[in-house]
Amino acid sequence: MLDAEIIQSRRGGFTRRKFIKGVIAAGATASAAGYLFRSSGVLAPMLSAQGAVERLVTLNVNGQQRRVDVPKHETLAMTLRYQLGLTGTKLGCDRAECGACTVLLDGVTHYGCSILTHTVRGREVTTIEGLEDDGVLHPVQQAVIDEGGFQCAFCAPGFVMSMVGMLDKNPAPTREEAAVLLSGNLCRCGDYDKILNTAMRAAELSRSRA
Amino acid sequence: MAERTIGTDISPPDLHAKITGRARYAEDFHAEGMAFAKLLLSPMPHARVRSVDTSRAEAMEGVLGILRASELPRPEQGTREGALSDEPLYEGAPILAVAAVDETTAAAAVEAIRVDLEPLPFVLDPLDSLREGGPNARTDGNVPGEDGPTSLKWPDSVFDEAGPDRLPMGEPTAEWAIGDVDAAFAEADVIVEETIVHQSVTHHPMEPRSCMAYWQNGKLFLHGSTQSTERTRGPVAAMAGIDVEDVVMIGEYCGGGFGSKIAGVPIMAVPAVLSRKIGRPVMLRITRYEENYIGRARAGFQGWAKIGFRSDGRMTALDLYLVQDSGAYGASDFFTAGTVATASYQPENMRFRGVPVYTNTPPRSAQRAPGGAQIVAMLEPVVDKAARELGVDRLEIRKVNAPGHDGWLGPNQGPFTSAYVREALDLGGELFEWEGRSQLSGRREGTRVTGVGMGLSPFTAGSNGRDGLLVIRPDGKLHVHQGIGNLGTHSIADTARAASDVLDLDWDDVVVVWGDTSKHLPFSTVQAGSQTTHAHTRANHAAGEAMVGLLQELAALELGGSATDYRVADGRVFRAGNRAAGLSFAQAAERAIARGGKFSGGEIPEDLHDVTKGAVAGLAGEGLIAAAKDNYGQPGAVFTWVATFAQVELDVETGEVEIVDLASATDCGTVIHPRSLAAQTNGGVFQGIGMAKSQRWVFDPQWGIPFTKRFYTARPPGILDVPLSPRFAAVNEPDPHTPVGAKGIGEPPVGAGEAAYACAVADAMGGLCLCRTPLTSDMILAELEGRPRPYGLLDTHV
Repeated sequence: MLDAEIIQSRRGGFTRRKFIKGVIAAGATASAAGYLFRSSGVLAPMLSAQGAVERLVTLNVNGQQRRVDVPKHETLAMTLRYQLGLTGTKLGCDRAECGACTVLLDGVTHYGCSILTHTVRGREVTTIEGLEDDGVLHPVQQAVIDEGGFQCAFCAPGFVMSMVGMLDKNPAPTREEAAVLLSGNLCRCGDYDKILNTAMRAAELSRSRA
Repeated sequence: MAERTIGTDISPPDLHAKITGRARYAEDFHAEGMAFAKLLLSPMPHARVRSVDTSRAEAMEGVLGILRASELPRPEQGTREGALSDEPLYEGAPILAVAAVDETTAAAAVEAIRVDLEPLPFVLDPLDSLREGGPNARTDGNVPGEDGPTSLKWPDSVFDEAGPDRLPMGEPTAEWAIGDVDAAFAEADVIVEETIVHQSVTHHPMEPRSCMAYWQNGKLFLHGSTQSTERTRGPVAAMAGIDVEDVVMIGEYCGGGFGSKIAGVPIMAVPAVLSRKIGRPVMLRITRYEENYIGRARAGFQGWAKIGFRSDGRMTALDLYLVQDSGAYGASDFFTAGTVATASYQPENMRFRGVPVYTNTPPRSAQRAPGGAQIVAMLEPVVDKAARELGVDRLEIRKVNAPGHDGWLGPNQGPFTSAYVREALDLGGELFEWEGRSQLSGRREGTRVTGVGMGLSPFTAGSNGRDGLLVIRPDGKLHVHQGIGNLGTHSIADTARAASDVLDLDWDDVVVVWGDTSKHLPFSTVQAGSQTTHAHTRANHAAGEAMVGLLQELAALELGGSATDYRVADGRVFRAGNRAAGLSFAQAAERAIARGGKFSGGEIPEDLHDVTKGAVAGLAGEGLIAAAKDNYGQPGAVFTWVATFAQVELDVETGEVEIVDLASATDCGTVIHPRSLAAQTNGGVFQGIGMAKSQRWVFDPQWGIPFTKRFYTARPPGILDVPLSPRFAAVNEPDPHTPVGAKGIGEPPVGAGEAAYACAVADAMGGLCLCRTPLTSDMILAELEGRPRPYGLLDTHV
């Protein structure tokens, strides 16, 4: 499969357009006022009239069943960070531009800022906190340690999740293929050279562990 | 003997936390009962608040409080920026803040507030403000004066004489000269002259400047994103109007700053004061959209340069005029730019003139090589033009003009501590294979034309006089207390190596303490100006030497003999020649605690900063404590140079440029951490390329409102925009005037990358310098196709 096609198929499950439509349908707009976090008592009557009451849902996060109350317009990144205490998933832009919030849904990378929480019921959500296996680092995490990867590392959880997703699809990428597959993530420190070294090392470690 | 750690790659001690999600950045700290704040931003570039009606917002359930500018301590000086303002000076300037039980309610309350604004005149282009009758960005003036802003206007004749394509040069507010440029121009073999524009660029670190604050027992606890932990306490205290002792600053990780978070950020005042007002913790999450406004930006220039050369390439005269876009609150980049130019070219004669002009655009601050990156990117392509006219090789012309160890800096012509600049140029030239590559200029394959270029970029890289603080605890480990912040450069670990090497200690036995001022941190440099590596290898080296002295003295008291009989290595102090006769660090710590006094923080060296004295007092009795001030001399300016070489391919059908190869070499003294050094250099080079290529500001000139507010409209380089394997090498010669030999690296790569890119693109265009940043594909294409330029030569924000 061509790289472009891989990205297409992996990203194709949920588009920005669908996301926005979902938000509008849920009764809140992605306002210029910025992030919106939870509904309050005061807005509840207004929002409930439009069908956006909190509802108890069960999520499968990092292999655990987690029950949370979510309004329909809440994004997965906000639920993870503010309801489940999983602050490893970062918000860099909240608008699908930077990839700092990348998580896995059924093993496929998604931007947590652009997925509505209520749509992931029944799917396996994996975050950076869920990668370790009984205290043993995931090969991608170990590769970061080996290569001294990242500078400020605010982008690191997103990149690490993208690498995990990448290796699932392509266990032996070339440096060029890795760059294409990781191009949905932004590193403002410009640490791309070490990030690619890490990706190569991670592929090597994954193969040797398999 | 323990292995010397300086010069080796280590895995930074905070990395495990960073890749398991355990590292907590500012927005990751949540407190019980935490409220959320939202900002009301100005919709106009300049206005005065006539009245505010908050009644509807206050009546809303869940709204906890509203904070106005008048409730914040007044900024100390005339142009000092407050976190909130009733006279917003740019679109997006915060006017007030609302706290509520959740963010949705806070946002809804902001929408419910009615603000009556009186629009005031605004200006986006500094030259418009310098015209007679032109608008001033501030009601108190358009340029800085001795007692705050003042108004400066140039007569129409200045503009008429210059015409549309040459910088008008009226009365400057700053000027200096070395020698006589006019006489030198009369003698010069080649003279080049250009009008040059450098854009303003938002910093956009990945982590927005979100912050959370709460109060406990009269103390303010502030979780924020800052480049310098200990030095942020003072500004936060001033913002909250309290004593510095009552501030606990927590900043364990900083998700990028690049100069925009040097000692905290003004907006920290909002959660700090609002949380006191409502009696609950307050989280203020800053969005990417808000970051564009309040997140700081590099100052842009409209400039003019006239440069004279002798036939051998020596620069005999440099005449420079810079008009700076200072934003609403000022910047000093332009002055630094003049100084940095001397560190590149050592011109025999030079005149510098400049005017910093306020505009109604987002506030400026230092951004990685403030002034330096701009001037390097502006002048290097012009030097190339002269090299072509002179028939001198472009690498050679840099070597002819570069300073040696007897070089000088700036208007005072002071010395450097070291300058292996020609060595760095040679090293980079070899790495890139300049001799062969430069023959590829103009090679055409299909629609792609090859260009090759290079940039040499100097910047300040050190300071002195800070304190080091070390504790050997009963656990036998060396605890290095660091007041510097953790902004991604790995300097919290790397500068600690100076202490462990002096003590001949295994790196595994070192614990770095950082990120929380309640952990007793010493007085440190601000993490800016690439000072940290230099300043804190020195401070930790000094503290390491003090620790050796204390260990020897303690061993003599405990075991007999004199202090000079003892050696320190591998976590033990022992009699020379008899390792068994001594104390382990753990034993030494226990004996030090038992003895007290100078061994355990009971006596404090007089020359330490008060902050360090307080930290030592707080640690007293917890182990063997050594604190020392860096009293090593610094007989000159500490500078680092980076030379970057670029090969590009310009597609003449689309105007798109692909960077095929990059190589950089540096003189930054002794290499502490090879892998991290290469990464910081490459990252800086990429940031420079972003400025030269893709990031930009565009405003609606009628309403003064920016269009380019997000990553997708002003995109920093992504992983596909840069070569897969940039190359790097360091001269690795120690600076002789600092004990570890290391100088900083953070800043100079930016100008080097930006200039190398600009020069390579000009080379691909047959030596044609468009002399502006950013150089977008539509500009390049218009030039290649001979169409009229879609912009004026002096236009900014295009």
